Amino acid sequence: MSPLDATTSAPDAIVSVRGLSKHYKSGLRALNNVDLEIRRGEIFALLGPNGAGKTTLISIICGIVNGSEGSVHVDGHDIVRDYRAARGLIGLVPQELSTDAFETVWATVKFSRGLFGKAPNPVHLERILRDLSLWEKKDSKIMALSGGMKRRVLIAKALAHEPRVLFLDEPTAGVDVELRHDMWEMVRRLRESGVTIILTTHYIEEAEQMADRIGVINRGEIVLVEEKNTLMQKLGKKQLTLSLQSPLESVPEGLREWPLELSGDGQCLTYTFDTQGNDTGIAMLLRKLGELGIDFKDLHSSESSLEDIFVSLVRGGV
Amino acid sequence: MNIHAIRAIYRFEMARTFRTLMQSIASPVLSTSLYFVVFGAAIGSRMGAIGGVSYGAFIIPGLIMLSLLNESISNASFGIYMPKWAGTIYELLSAPVSYVEVVIGYVGAAATKSVILGLLILLTARFFVAYEIQHPFWMLAFLILTAVTFSLFGFIIGLWADDFQKLQVVPLMVITPLTFLGGSFYSISMLPPVWQKITLFNPVVYLVNGFRWSFYGQADVNVLVSAGATIGFLLICLGVVWWIFRTGWKLKS
Repeated sequence: MSPLDATTSAPDAIVSVRGLSKHYKSGLRALNNVDLEIRRGEIFALLGPNGAGKTTLISIICGIVNGSEGSVHVDGHDIVRDYRAARGLIGLVPQELSTDAFETVWATVKFSRGLFGKAPNPVHLERILRDLSLWEKKDSKIMALSGGMKRRVLIAKALAHEPRVLFLDEPTAGVDVELRHDMWEMVRRLRESGVTIILTTHYIEEAEQMADRIGVINRGEIVLVEEKNTLMQKLGKKQLTLSLQSPLESVPEGLREWPLELSGDGQCLTYTFDTQGNDTGIAMLLRKLGELGIDFKDLHSSESSLEDIFVSLVRGGV
Repeated sequence: MNIHAIRAIYRFEMARTFRTLMQSIASPVLSTSLYFVVFGAAIGSRMGAIGGVSYGAFIIPGLIMLSLLNESISNASFGIYMPKWAGTIYELLSAPVSYVEVVIGYVGAAATKSVILGLLILLTARFFVAYEIQHPFWMLAFLILTAVTFSLFGFIIGLWADDFQKLQVVPLMVITPLTFLGGSFYSISMLPPVWQKITLFNPVVYLVNGFRWSFYGQADVNVLVSAGATIGFLLICLGVVWWIFRTGWKLKS
């Protein structure tokens, strides 16, 4: 690591993106001055709508697309000047199911390991294939495999050279429940062995379950990077829903100080409040309802999911 | 140098060759044999010797060159075009390999295959006509040099092509006419004077004549000019490949 790199990236950052932009000749700006630090050993989820720049960002870090401005370091290695060291650390599972149709599973995994400059190691490859339930298929041609199996092959290829950083671009798109479950098991195991994992996903509940930190990208800009738990707390809103005994025509005058919403049929009152506030105002509200003689048969509270947060961020609502 | 990567690419490409043995080896050998039957044995027996060499023997170097050029180009162009077409090129682009290693792997495999093919055709020719090889070392050198040069050229075509038609157009529309008009089947001295001059602009003339010289010790152009022209074309191709990888043209956006 050169002295310059040491000063520009945080010590625990394994991937460090600085001022990265990408514009195409057509005038499209796919990325706009992106700064991002991925910490060593974490699972980082990158969320964003289609066309937000997720794949472009990953492609630049992995060397598939050239960036226009800015720099990327992987474990201190510049991805352009020191591409061999940088790329050797990275494994990529692309979004598209691009595989060699006529190759066998074993041959393609062996090829990947060699391509990344590693000496043959059948024991390691066997372990990967077994972990991914691919061992029985090792002599099958890839074209004979199902879509889910092909996805496993791509993961096996990405892991063949024992990468320290693994990029999973939409790994569970079009994948059945069982495989998705297996895949997350594997991601957890990899993380335990010290591999840093960066994934993009459309299944927000996955990011919610798996990730340590979450980044949101929209229109080529990083909108937010936050610890998942902090994010959930900070942006999380709770809702209290009361099912009323008898319908109301409008929210009574005495309840004006609470932001309440009445459902169309007048059966439900919904109160939205911030989990951060010390006083949620629930106690007062319930007391007031009692005073006004408004009875309710049921009440439940719900926390806004990451999905709600995401949608509001992307719409520019937060 | 990422030796493991070179080996991986080379093996991958050679495996592809052996998987398609009929198409990649058997079919060119068969079609060249047909040339020998028709031009060598059937028509050749009625043609006079050229410079003391029987017509059947005279066309051997040219026929080998014909297959060598076509196969080198199609092997190498297909080899690099397929990953682009199938999308598997992402792996090559994200791997810690330099363009030198990529070229050695792909072009090396394509050239190996062409050389094997050339030698097989030479062997097959033995069944139809008698021939001699005066300079076996030079024969092999020309064979390898041409295979490497045109595999490189094919590699460039494969990088340039963005559909299957483009992949075919150069071999069909440029290389085949140039080979047929490049003195594979005749001596330049048999042409009208004007065409004798024009034909010197055809690079294949130098290949065929250099190769023929290694067989029979005689050719229409000086062997050093032949070797020089081939090496010159090799250097141009190397320059183009270097530029493509440096700029990422057609490979990286």
